Parts: sequence; structure tokens; C-alpha cells
Amino acid sequence: MNDRISATFAKCREEGRAALVTFITGCDPTPDATGAILDALVAGGADLIELGMPFTDPMADGPAIQAANLRALAAGAKTADIFAIATAFRARHPDVPLILMGYANPMIRRGADWFADAAQKAGVDGVICVDIPTEEDPELGPALRAAGVHMIRLATPTTDAKRLPAVLDGSGGFLYYVSVAGVTGKQQAATASIEEAVARLKAGTDLPIAVGFGVRTPEQAADIGKVADGVVVGSALVDIIAAHGADAPAPLSALTASLRAALEQKEIAQ
Amino acid sequence: MSNTVFSSNSLRTQPDERGHFGQFGGRYVAETLMPLILDLEREYRAAKADPEFQREFEYLLKQYVGRPNPLYYAERLTQELGGAKIYLKREELNHTGAHKINNCIGQILLAKRMGKTRIIAETGAGQHGVATATVAALFNIPCTIFMGALDVERQAPNVFRMKLLGAEVRAVESGARTLKDAMNEALRDWVANVHDTFYIIGTAAGPHPYPELVRDFQSIIGKETREQIMEAEGRLPDMLIAAVGGGSNAIGLFHPFLDDKDVEIVGVEAAGFGLETGQHAASLTGGLPGILHGNKTYLLQDEDGQIAEAHSISAGLDYPGIGPEHSWLHDIKRARYEPVTDDEALTAFQQLCQLEGIIPALESAHALAAVAKIAPTMDKDKIIVVNLSGRGDKDIFTVAKALGVEI
Repeated sequence: MNDRISATFAKCREEGRAALVTFITGCDPTPDATGAILDALVAGGADLIELGMPFTDPMADGPAIQAANLRALAAGAKTADIFAIATAFRARHPDVPLILMGYANPMIRRGADWFADAAQKAGVDGVICVDIPTEEDPELGPALRAAGVHMIRLATPTTDAKRLPAVLDGSGGFLYYVSVAGVTGKQQAATASIEEAVARLKAGTDLPIAVGFGVRTPEQAADIGKVADGVVVGSALVDIIAAHGADAPAPLSALTASLRAALEQKEIAQ
Repeated sequence: MSNTVFSSNSLRTQPDERGHFGQFGGRYVAETLMPLILDLEREYRAAKADPEFQREFEYLLKQYVGRPNPLYYAERLTQELGGAKIYLKREELNHTGAHKINNCIGQILLAKRMGKTRIIAETGAGQHGVATATVAALFNIPCTIFMGALDVERQAPNVFRMKLLGAEVRAVESGARTLKDAMNEALRDWVANVHDTFYIIGTAAGPHPYPELVRDFQSIIGKETREQIMEAEGRLPDMLIAAVGGGSNAIGLFHPFLDDKDVEIVGVEAAGFGLETGQHAASLTGGLPGILHGNKTYLLQDEDGQIAEAHSISAGLDYPGIGPEHSWLHDIKRARYEPVTDDEALTAFQQLCQLEGIIPALESAHALAAVAKIAPTMDKDKIIVVNLSGRGDKDIFTVAKALGVEI
């Protein structure tokens, strides 16, 4: 299998740095603007792209990404737009992993098989579904795996060693460690607690571990990059879109570049 | 052997061990909450088997809530409608004025048992918020109620009640600023405070085990009704009718009768301005299965799975989903669900005031409107029990406005 996700993490490991994973909400501020925004992230040095699927009820998100969801829906975001954005992205960037992230209902609305097939055809490498825990995997997991799309699971501070094998069962791509018990965007976790958690997760899996929730600055990214295989930044980027709208690509590219530079400094620092 | 056969045919053994009622229910929550949900399930199983827990629950229902409440034969309403005999299950006589308190007593006992030191809840009209604030005061546990900012404006008296009872009321500014958004915000708070916080969900919905435990706590309604109708009539009723928002008062009445095949079961959904207008809250009649707020159930949604805003004159029914057990009962056709509009509910509201001297909640008025349609078509020797789930004092401003009266 031509696995862009594992190839990308392997490349970053060779370069002696953590991968930079960037999140933005698809169709924010408009469906037409997303392509240039994704290009700006790649140009700035993002290694993997998470494309948020807008939902009316983003229960796991803080104010920044809630507002992004509402902006996207107000601009008329449809599921078809998300797949069109993904398809075009894949054509422009054949090697950059693209992950859809969102909530269950828009993903299963036309059936899990339909969604998995559409994702595969659009060149999507993995799916993160916030509200399908391992207990409800049959709802989406089998369809994705059959289509060759990774079901990327989340682990959290409440996922103990006993539960971890169940979370890992059927998961692929990488493991997304949610560093704080809470919603996206606001809190910061102590680096020591992240280091301890990553070590615990590493003991249970060979999958790369990406750490997210509350990572906003190059300094934080550099700290987490020392202990994790990947660093996820979302709300800080989404805030730029909120402030700059369709003019967001330039400042997005600048922040992404500074995050990437911070991750690369690890090599120099050591 | 006969026991095994009975239980496999019983409709009262749901959900399965994964919390599913057929294809509905389940535990669609963020990973952060999963371990807590599993803990809650274990603790609920232990509590259910603990005679001391049951004793304390029953003691509080009797001495604090005022149970059992009456099953009242509504003679004038029966005569007016000219058909089946109509009995009202008087949940509106409970302390705090609705069935909501039954569930809150059960859940606060669970919270205490689990050593939780903070309570959160969502509320629409404020009835569940008031009931939660009430038990939080009784058990001396700090309590935060999430309420849509629009509902805070619409339901000022209940906001003040909650504050008097010592609760913090947090106005939710996201989305349409109503019940759905309050529930989103309560879930966000819970995720951030899993270690010390117990979420008292107000209806028989949400992630497993909530639909089951809320139903069990509310089943006191149906259990009492069985005994009371046997005493009054020497037989079971021919029909049960209850309003369904999330559906906790309805499932509480229905569940003890699910295996009594001769008892017809009717749930009443809010049809708002009418199903054809698209502005309603009838998830079963006008929705499709989907996933929201931790469970799979019928939801009002568009072709992309975006959740629609519900509308009902009754704030307690103004929600785009429904409890998963109702979705299952609907699909297997053990219950049928009828839509009732705002206008029909308003008419039934006034009718009960005038004929029986009882001001019903607008939620309950939906059930009464269905009774007004169905009872006249039934013979006079038939019996209907309708759940008068709450009293209508909270609704007089809404009703006055709808009738064009200034107070």
C-alpha cells in the first residue's frame, strides 16, 4: 500500500524532527478559499494536513473552531465541497498526507461505505472521527479499512494502559494524543505530562504519536516535538483565518514556517 | 426454561450490553469521556443491585418528591370528549412541578456514590435545571446549569429559581442559543472536568447508560400507574399517551407496559407550526437516524447530516432528537408517534384549565391534544391513561403571548 502517512513520518524521523500536522476547517471562510489556504500550509512547511469537516454541533471544539464551523456552514459548505477540496489538493500535492477530521453524523449520513469510498477516491489517507470511540467502531471503521483509508484514533489523558489496546485495535496511520482533557484551542498541557504519556503510548504501539490540543506557539511546538513524532496545531491557524478571511494564506504560511523552523531547531539544539 | 423464553421475547430487556436498542443508542462520545461513561455504567449496575441505594431513592421519592402521586379520573374531560375514560397521571403534583425530579433524585444519588463533587446539567425551558438545582441544594453539591442565552431570556422566572437554589446559570451564546447548544456546552465542560464532575442529563437520551438509567428512574411513573389502574378499574388501560421531547416522561410511563400487548402506546411529538412548514420538533415523523449527543437516534437533519433547528411552542419539546428507545419502539412498531401542532396544544391547554381546573405544562398539553383527537373515536368502556408530566405555571407568559393577551 502506498502509505503517505507512514512515509511522511519516516522522512521526518530521518530528518531528526517531529512532523508538523496542521488543522483548518474546510470551507472556512468559503469553499473557494480553502484550496489556497491548504497550499499556504504546505508552502509554509506543514507535513500533514487535517481538513476539518464542518458540523453544526462541534461538541469537542473550543470557541475558535466552533466559530470556524459556523463560518463554513454560513458560506454554504456541503459535504461535496469537502471532497472536491480534497480531490483538488491531491492533484496538486501527490505526496502530502490528507486527513479528514470531524464528527460522526456528516460522515455516516449517506452510509459508511459511501463515505469511505468517496474519501478513498478523493485521495484521503485517514479519517479522525471525534465521536466514534473504539466501542462504536462498527459504525465507520470497517468501511474505512476496507477502502484502504486509516481510522486514526484519539488517545487522551483518561486513556489508561488497560484501555489502550482497545483504542489501538483497528486504528492506523498515527495515534493522535489529545494532551489535555478538554476542548480544542485553549489549554496548555505541561511538557512533562506529555512526555510521560507519549512514553506510555509508545509502549503499546509502533504507530507514530502526534500530540495536539492547546499547541499554539513555535516554542510549545518545539517542546512537544522533542518527545512526540508529530505536533498538531489547529486553533492558532484557525484564528488567523478568522482575522484575515480570504487574505489568510500569507500569514498562515508565515506561522506555519515559524512552527516548522521551531521543530527543525531540535536538531541544532541537541 | 419458560423464563428464558419469556425474557428473549420481552421488550423490556433493552438495551443490549453495548447500550444499543436495536440500531439505536450506543456510546458516541469523545475518547476523554469513554472511561468515565464505562465507570458510570459499572457504578449504576452496582447501585441497581444495592438495596440501600434503592431504599434511599424510594425514601426521597416518597418524603421529598411526594410520591405516589394520584391517577386521577378526569370525568369532565371524559364527558366533553364523549369516548374513552381518561385518567391523568399527576406528575405535575411532584415537588418542583414535573416528572424531572424523579430522575434528578436518582442521578444525584449516583453522583454521591461516585464521590463526584460538582454537578452540571443542561436545560431548555428550565424545568430540568430547576430540578437539578433542587437536588444539588439538597445534597450540598455545587451546581452549574447550562442554558441557551435565548432560553435565559424567555424563561427568566426559572433562571431566578435556579439562582435562588444556589446554582450558577451559564448562558450559552453559541449556535441558536437554545437547548441543543446548552447540551453541547455541557458536554464541553464535562470533557474538561471529568475528574470531579457528574453530568445529570435531563432526558432518556445521550450516551449509554444514560437512556437506560433515566428510564429506570422514571419508570416509577408506569409502575405506580399499573397499581393504581388495577385498583381503580381492575384491569390495565387500553392506551397510554405521553408527550415526547427527549422522551423521559413517556418512556417512564410506557416501559412497565411494553410486554402488555393489549396496551396501545402513543407518543406525541411536537409538530410546531405544522410538519409541512419544516418548523417543528417531530424527529420520528420528520427525521432520519443519525448520531448526536452521544447516541444514535432519529434526528432532524439535512442531506449532509447537519442538524436542523427544532421549533415548538413548548421549550421542553424544542429539540431536534429523541431518546433512542423511542426510535427503537417506533421502528419495531410497538409504539406509534403522532404529531401535534402548537395550536392544537394551546387549545388542549385551555380545555384542561376550564374542564378540570388543572393548568398543564405545554409539553403535557401536546399529549392532551392527542387525547382530544383519539378518545372520541373509542368506546366508552375503553380506558386511556395520559401522563400529565408537568404543571403549566411556567408557561402562562408564553400562552398569554400566543393568545394575544397582555399580562
